[in-house]
Amino acid sequence: MSDLRITGLHKHYGTFHAVKGVDLDVPSGEFTVLVGPSGCGKSTLLRCIAGLEETSAGTVEIGGKDVTWARPRDRDIAMVFQNYALYPYLNVKDNIAFGLRARKFGEAEVGKRVARAAEMLGIGHLLQRFPRELSGGQRQRVAIGRAIVRDAILYLFDEPLSNLDAQLRDDMRLEIKRLHKELKRTMVYVTHDQIEAMTLADRIVLLRDGVIEQQGAPLDVFERPQTRFVAGFLGSPKMNFLAATLTASGVRLADGTALALPGRSGLKTGQAVVLGLRPQHIAMAGASLAKGHARLPVVIELVQPTGSRVQATMPLGGTSIIAELSAHDVSRPGEKTSIDIDMTRAVIIDPATDKII
Amino acid sequence: MSALPFHRRKDVRLGLRYVLALLLVVVFVFPVYWLFIISFKTPDEIFAFPPVWYPESIQFANYKVLFKDGDAATVGNSLILATVSTFFAMILGTIAAYSLVRFKTGGENLAVWIISQRMMPPVAIVFPVFLLYVWLGWVDSYTGLIVLYTAFSLPYVIWMMRGYIEDIPLELEESALVDGCTRWEVLWKVVLPMARSGLFATAVFTFIFAWNDFLFALVLTRTEVTTYTVQVTHYFGGQSNFWAKIAAMSVLGTIPVFITVAIMQRFLVRGISMGAVKG
Repeated sequence: MSDLRITGLHKHYGTFHAVKGVDLDVPSGEFTVLVGPSGCGKSTLLRCIAGLEETSAGTVEIGGKDVTWARPRDRDIAMVFQNYALYPYLNVKDNIAFGLRARKFGEAEVGKRVARAAEMLGIGHLLQRFPRELSGGQRQRVAIGRAIVRDAILYLFDEPLSNLDAQLRDDMRLEIKRLHKELKRTMVYVTHDQIEAMTLADRIVLLRDGVIEQQGAPLDVFERPQTRFVAGFLGSPKMNFLAATLTASGVRLADGTALALPGRSGLKTGQAVVLGLRPQHIAMAGASLAKGHARLPVVIELVQPTGSRVQATMPLGGTSIIAELSAHDVSRPGEKTSIDIDMTRAVIIDPATDKII
Repeated sequence: MSALPFHRRKDVRLGLRYVLALLLVVVFVFPVYWLFIISFKTPDEIFAFPPVWYPESIQFANYKVLFKDGDAATVGNSLILATVSTFFAMILGTIAAYSLVRFKTGGENLAVWIISQRMMPPVAIVFPVFLLYVWLGWVDSYTGLIVLYTAFSLPYVIWMMRGYIEDIPLELEESALVDGCTRWEVLWKVVLPMARSGLFATAVFTFIFAWNDFLFALVLTRTEVTTYTVQVTHYFGGQSNFWAKIAAMSVLGTIPVFITVAIMQRFLVRGISMGAVKG
C-alpha cells in the first residue's frame, strides 16, 4: 500500500510554473528524499503535500484518502520545518505537546508520549527549558520530537538540517536515519544536499525545474543516471564532462586522445557526444592495467587535500578534470604522471537531448 | 579644562550630563508636581503669593467634595468607556490585521486606506455623528461612545498589529496548522502570544486615546456618561475657576493612566521598540 500518491500535480504562482505535472508514489514505511537544486520545486511539492499550498491541478492522496482540498490538520501528517518553528513562549515539553493538545489528547497520554519522544531523542533533561536556552542541535531535536510524538501517517521534513553546522548535520542525519529504522514510518524529506539525500533515502527523487528527472534507490540513480543533470548533480566532486566524438572502438576527445569503451555496441560512429567520468573512477596508474581501464599520461595541475582523499585537477581533452585519489599516491603539482580511468563506468551523453546513451 | 587629566575630564563631562538630565526632569515633572500639590491645598494656599511650594498639611477636602457630589463618578465613566472600547478595538483590530497580513484581504493597499481615516479631523464628523446618535437614541449613552471610540481606534490598532503580525515567522503558524490547529486556534495560540508585547503597547495607546478624548464626550454626553475630561471643564466658571476641584479632578484622571503604564511598562518598551525596528 502506498501512503502517499501524487497524480499530475501542478503548482503555479502567478505566471511562475513551480511544479509541472509530478506523479509520485511513496510506499508505506519508505524514506523518500526529494532532492534538487534550489528553485527546482521540491519545497513547493512538499508544501502541497502538507496542504500549506493549494495545488493548481492534480491530486494528493494520503493513506488512501484524497486530501487535495483538505486542510493541513485533516491530513494526518507531521512536519519538521527548516527553522525549527519552535514556539519561543513555550518550554520544550509544551512545544512537543503542542500538537497532541491541539488534537485534544488527555494530559496523561500527552505526558507519556512526550516522555517517550524525549527519551528517544535524548532531550529528557531539557523539558523545562525554553527554546532560546537551547543550542541549534537541541532545537532541531525538539522540532523532530514534536513531529514523532504524533501518530501521523506521513512525516514531512523540509530541509531540517540546513541551519546546522557540518559536524552537527552529520550527527543529526544519523539520528534521523536511526529514527526511521525504529519508527518504520513513511517519511518524505526535502534537501538540496545530495549527500544527505544519498545517505538517508530508501528512494531518491531528483527534481529539476518542477519535474521529476529521475527516481530510484540512491545507488541505482548514482550508478545509472539517465540524464546529464542527474549524473552531474549526484556525487562530489562533480562528474567530469568532456566533449568527444564516437569512434568504432570508443571515443576520441577534443585533443585527439582516443579512449576505448569496452562492452559497448551499437554506438553511432562520428556522433558528437559528452563523455562523463566520475572523479572516483580515476586512479593513479597502478602496476598493472585493470581490464576495461585506460591509461593516460597527465600533468597534475592542482592538488586539494581533503584528509583521507585528495582532489587532483589535471588537463585532459581540452578541459580540466578532477580526480579523487588516495592521499598517499599523489604527485606534486606540475609533475608528469599517469592515470588509469575505469572506462566501464564512463557514461556517454547525447548533447542534443542531454540523455545518457 | 584641557589642563585636567583625562579621567577627571570624564568626570566633569558626566557631571554636566547629570545636571542637564536633572534640569530636564524638573521641567517635565514640575507641572505634574504642581497639579498634585494644588489638589491638596486650601484655597488660600492656592492663591498665596509668594507661592506655597509645599502645603503645611496635606488635606483631602478637595477630593472629599468630588466624591460627595458624585463628580468622581465621571472617572468611573471614563474608565468603563476606555476599557470596553479598547477591548473591542483590540479584538476586532487584531483579527482584521491578521486577515490583512495573511490573506492579503482587500489587496495590498487596503491597510493604507484604513489608516487614512486617522487623517480626518474628528471635529468634522462629530456633528454628523451627533445627528445620527439622536436618531439612534445613543446620545449620552455608553453604547454611543463605546462604538465611536472603538471605530476611531480601529485603524490605529489594525495598523500597529499588522506590523507586529508581519514579524511573526510564517513557519510557526504553518507548524501549528499541520499540528492540528484551525485558523482561529492559530490566532489564539500562536499569533497572540507572539505579538504579546505589541498587543499590550497598542492596547495602552488605544486606552489612552479614549481616556483623553474630550471632543466626542463633550458633544455626545449630557449627564449620564459624562467623562472626567468634560467634568473638569465644568469647574471653569464665568465668575471664577475652581482651581482646587480642577486639580483634584485632574489627579483622579491621571492616576489610572499612571497605573496602566506602570503595569505595562515592561511590554511597552519592548512593544514600541519592536514597531520601531520594522518601520
